[in-house]
Amino acid sequence: MSDPTISMQLEVNQRVHTLRLEPRVTLLDALREHLGLTGTKKGCDQGQCGACTVHVDGARVLACLTLAAQVQGRPVTTIEGLSSNGGDLHPVQAAFLEHDAFQCGYCTPGQIMSAVACIREGHAGSDAEIREYMSGNLCRCGAYPNIVVAVRQAAEDLR
Amino acid sequence: MKNFAYLRAASLAEAQQAAARPATMLLAGGTTLIDLAKCDIAAPETMVDITHLAGLDTIALDEQGVSIGALARMSWVADDPGIRRHFPAISEALWQAASAQLRNMATIGGNLMQRTRCPYFRDPAAFPACNKRRPGSGCAAIGGVTRNHAVLGTSPSCIATYPGDLAVALVAFDAEIDLGTRRVAIDDFFLLPGTTPDREHAMEPGEVITAIHVPASPAARRSTYLKVRDRQSYEFAAASAAVGLELAPDGRTIADIRVALGGVATKPWRARAVEQALKGKALTAESVERAAPTAVEGAVDHGGHRYKIDLAPRVVARAILAVGGLA
Repeated sequence: MSDPTISMQLEVNQRVHTLRLEPRVTLLDALREHLGLTGTKKGCDQGQCGACTVHVDGARVLACLTLAAQVQGRPVTTIEGLSSNGGDLHPVQAAFLEHDAFQCGYCTPGQIMSAVACIREGHAGSDAEIREYMSGNLCRCGAYPNIVVAVRQAAEDLR
Repeated sequence: MKNFAYLRAASLAEAQQAAARPATMLLAGGTTLIDLAKCDIAAPETMVDITHLAGLDTIALDEQGVSIGALARMSWVADDPGIRRHFPAISEALWQAASAQLRNMATIGGNLMQRTRCPYFRDPAAFPACNKRRPGSGCAAIGGVTRNHAVLGTSPSCIATYPGDLAVALVAFDAEIDLGTRRVAIDDFFLLPGTTPDREHAMEPGEVITAIHVPASPAARRSTYLKVRDRQSYEFAAASAAVGLELAPDGRTIADIRVALGGVATKPWRARAVEQALKGKALTAESVERAAPTAVEGAVDHGGHRYKIDLAPRVVARAILAVGGLA
C-alpha cells in the first residue's frame, strides 16, 4: 500500500516544523503527539468543550475539529506561545492565578486562550457578555464565577 | 476516523469538479464534517479544502440587499456593522449559534450544508437504523427519546430537527442561495425528509454554494431572532423565531410581517399562516396572541417533544411583541 502520509509545514508559536502526517490527523493530535506541545488539552475531542482552543491566524478555534493539513501557511499560537519570552505570564494568565479561576486546571489552557481572544475581539465589555462569549469553554469544576472575574480584570488591565 | 486524501482546490472550477466526483467531499470550516468523520458517518476518500479560495469571503451591502460570500465566517457576519443595522435577525441568529470558536471556523456556505442530525443519527454503533444514514434501514428515533426532535415537517422516515439558526433568519427574509450557475430560493433549497431524508439540499453533483443574497426590506431592518433553550448559551434551540415587522404610516397597522421557526421542524420553517393572520391587522397583544398558535398548524406529536407545540407559539408571540415594541 502506498504511503498514506503527506508532508506539511506548520508554524506554531513562531517556529516552523516540518512533519509527515496522515491527512486525518487533527491539529490537536499534531500538537500533542507529534510536537510535544501538551498544554493544549484533549477533552471531548468532539468540538463541545473548548479545552483544545488555540489561535489560528489570531482567531480562536478548536484544534480537535481542525485538520493539521488545513493550517499550513496559517500561524498557530498555543498556550505555550502566549507569553512573549516564555517567562513572564500573559496578563490573562496572571489574572487567572490572582483570582483562583480554576480548580483541577484541565480546562484552563483552553479558557485562557479563549479569554485572550474574547478580550481582543471586544466581547468582554460586561459580565453578561463575558459569559456569552466564553460559553464555548466548559469547566466541570464549576469555576465560572472566578473565570468571569479574571477575564474582567484582565480586560481592564489590557485596556 | 477513516483516512482520506487531502487536496486544496486552486479555483472555484476545481472545487466544482471535485464536488461532482464520487466519495469526495468539500471541506470548509470542518465543524460538522470532521465531527461526522470522527463518528464514522462521513467517510469520504478525498476531502477537498476550499477555504483558501480567494474572493468568496466578502460581505457586500447596497440598497438592494446583501451578498454574503460562502466562505465568510459566521463570526464576521455576526459582527458586520451593515448586517447588524439592516438585518439584525441575521446577526442575532449567528451570535446565538454554536460557540465563539466554532463561529470563527464555520463558513456561511458550510453552515447551510450542515447535516440535519439527531442523537440516533450520530451514533451508528448503537443505532444501526437510520434512514438518513442508510436509506430504508428505519428510524430509531420514532418510538425513542424524542424530546428534541421535530414536530413540524416530519415523515414516517425521519423526525430529526434542523439544528441551524442562520437559515431560520434567512428563510424569513427570502434569501437566495447562489450556486454559481443558478440561484435557488432558500425555502426550496432545504428539502423535507419525506421518503428520502438522506437528501437534505436541492443541489446537484458539481454544484457549490458561492454566496447568499438577502434582499433589503423594512421588515428585515426591524427584525429579531429569539432563541429559547435548555441552557442560556452554546445550545440548540428548544424553539426559536426569526421575526421582521413593517408597520404602516399609522404606526399600528401591520404592513408586512415575516415569521420563521427554528428548533421545531425538519427544515427552516416559514410560518406563513401567522403572517397571513396578521397582515393588515392592528399590532396588539391580542391580535398577536390569537395568530401565534397557527405557527404549529399540522404539528405531529411523537411524545417527549409535546412541549415544543406549546412553546413555539409563545416564542413567536414574544418575538413579534418585542420587535413591535410591546414587550
